[in-house]
Amino acid sequence: MNTIASLNIGEIGYISEESLEIIPLKLLEMGCLPGAEVELIQHAPLKDPIYICVNGSHLAIRKETAAIIQILKSEI
Amino acid sequence: MSKNDIKIALIGNPNTGKTSLFNQLTGLNQKVGNYPGVTVDKKLGKSKLSATQNAIITDLPGTYSINPTSLDESIVLKTLLKKDIAASPDVILVVADVENLKRNLLLFSQIKDLEIPTVLAINMVDQMNRKGISIDLSLLKKELNTEVVLISARKNEGIQEVKEAIIRCHVAAKASPLCGINSKIDPDYFENLKKISPNYSLYELWLMVTQNNYPDTITKEEKEKLLSFKQDLPKLKKYQHKETIYRYQEINKILKKTYIVDKSKAKDLRSKLDKIFTHKIFGYAIFFLILLIIFQSIFDIASVPMDFIDGVFAELANFTRNSLPEGVFTDLLSEGIIPGIGGVVIFIPQIAILFLFIAILEETGYMSRVVFLMDKIMRRFGMNGKSVIPLISGTACAIPAIMATRTISSWKERLITILVTPFTTCSARLPVYAILIALIIPDTKILGFLNLQGLVLLLLYALGFASAILGAYILNKTLKIKARSFFVIEMPNYKLPSFKNVFYEVVEKTKAFVFGAGKIILALSVILWFLASNGGNEFNNVEQTVIAKVENQNLNQEEIQQRIVSTKLEKSYIGMLGKSIEPAIKPLGYDWKIGIALIASFAAREVFVGTLATIYSVQADDEDITTIKQKMASEINPDTGKKRFNFPVGMSLMVFYAFAMQCMATLAIVKRETKTWKWPLIQLFGMAFLAYVSSLLTYQILS
Repeated sequence: MNTIASLNIGEIGYISEESLEIIPLKLLEMGCLPGAEVELIQHAPLKDPIYICVNGSHLAIRKETAAIIQILKSEI
Repeated sequence: MSKNDIKIALIGNPNTGKTSLFNQLTGLNQKVGNYPGVTVDKKLGKSKLSATQNAIITDLPGTYSINPTSLDESIVLKTLLKKDIAASPDVILVVADVENLKRNLLLFSQIKDLEIPTVLAINMVDQMNRKGISIDLSLLKKELNTEVVLISARKNEGIQEVKEAIIRCHVAAKASPLCGINSKIDPDYFENLKKISPNYSLYELWLMVTQNNYPDTITKEEKEKLLSFKQDLPKLKKYQHKETIYRYQEINKILKKTYIVDKSKAKDLRSKLDKIFTHKIFGYAIFFLILLIIFQSIFDIASVPMDFIDGVFAELANFTRNSLPEGVFTDLLSEGIIPGIGGVVIFIPQIAILFLFIAILEETGYMSRVVFLMDKIMRRFGMNGKSVIPLISGTACAIPAIMATRTISSWKERLITILVTPFTTCSARLPVYAILIALIIPDTKILGFLNLQGLVLLLLYALGFASAILGAYILNKTLKIKARSFFVIEMPNYKLPSFKNVFYEVVEKTKAFVFGAGKIILALSVILWFLASNGGNEFNNVEQTVIAKVENQNLNQEEIQQRIVSTKLEKSYIGMLGKSIEPAIKPLGYDWKIGIALIASFAAREVFVGTLATIYSVQADDEDITTIKQKMASEINPDTGKKRFNFPVGMSLMVFYAFAMQCMATLAIVKRETKTWKWPLIQLFGMAFLAYVSSLLTYQILS
């Protein structure tokens, strides 16, 4: 299963529709929506936290959160 | 504030230039409380909208949504849901960043649904060309059904238009929801919700249900009905998710028609800088280097004006003493008030420099990168990447630092951060360290460029951070609090700091410190002076006793006079107080005079230097022109005949000040932020114990 946490630096994925109910409301509000393009920009040592760009928002989230948000490697 | 003033709430996502707009609208007409007894939740400012119309603007904390996940954001919700006429805003001014309009409009859409007149100010439009953005303003106004103004707050462009739009919006007083959103998710459900009360908009009722936050005006009956909607929690959660998705769909529809980005034009400075600043090795190296620069400049740059201020106040006290007629009033001025004020003013250079650096780090967007780099490390100690900001601002003052923990959403992480923040070396410790370092550490350079005194200071800062981290580790292991930790932080664009914002921040924080802490220090200096100049029977008879005692010792007049003065101090009220604790502090290397300073600094640390200054002025010979430093350097330990402030005593004192919780204002703020006396008391006694034991060990090992 691909999640945001499994992306490599510079790689792009698309948040899957199934993630809707799992994504914390706060992240949803910050633009982390199903169908949105996610790019992994950078990660801190040990891949935690990770720095992503989603829907025009540049955000840092922890690995534990990134690991529950499923992605598809190509657009839906 | 007059009745006709328009009440405006300023709202926006973090990093949208909200502060710049606030500064442009209000200038220096701002009021912020940072000290106990003054409300800290809101920043208020007065603005002249037109020749006849004034406004009171409340600057609310930055937030991405009105569904709060941290204390900071819940302030926004509380302000907006309040139905009390005096506090609720007439007009809401929403600030949005042109580059990230989509996400910014989410908050706007929520605000709009509250059905309060709203103005949208789209900021940083000077960047539009460079980023390849174009907006169809008139269509956007129509689609959003509101006043929209394009501004560039930093360049002071569009501010007049904002003022005009606010007046128009206030006069029209029309407010309609943007999305009519909730009925589309489940028509029956929301129809029933709406029926509960005609006094609130549907969205307000929905917020009351989801956020469990009710205005005072709601009736018992209405509240009961609202509570019945809370029974199916998963359904609530699901609807909240759906609501957000729906809002974004509507926003996308509107933006498709009105907002165009030519992506090829977006040059990316951000990614280049991020490659360096968030790099696994360089990132940390740069962070450490920045800290080093900050601490070196505090010592190097600030010492010049500080020595100057110290000298000026010594001269001033002397001038007063010589030019005014002798008497109690002159003594009060020259021995109590002037050294007291001097003890406050001397801080200004250091505090200003510290706040300057912190403001620049925040303004440039660099602070978020530090949060990113430090999160994993801080988490090991039960804290959060965001704890770095309080720990760094704690080097200026623990009070704003503790308030800065409000952005941390996990209670456990926030509590730990609050409890350990007072360990970081705040500016109140600086004068104590500065004067002790100057007395016991030689002023030499090592390796040709590093100032040894600066290096010792850096080590004291490191000690502060280390104890904060260690304290956090212990607390993390012992505190049994279950709290879900959730972490997200925006990485804003890099910006050159705005001179105006940085300047206002420094002025405002320094002012708050000087007037807030200054009052305590000044009051204490006067009390101390009184206690040092008065005493019981023995005090009043000192002259006879001393003269009788030294009759056969063949002393000259000057020596007798000195003996009288120092005996007087010993027999004064304060001398009695100091003497009474002397047995307890003697093992740490202190005498009763230092004891007095210790007692006084339980109100605030910085009082230490001022207190010693007061004590030594009372005992000093009238003609001496000496600064505090000279007075301390010439103080002799009668037991050894050597200098009182030698290396072991100085080190022991510095260790004591590093650990002890000597700040009433911080205790008060901890009480307010944790809503119980339990935590401030634990801090007070835990840190006092640690300070005593560590100083004891330091002195005993070194001497």
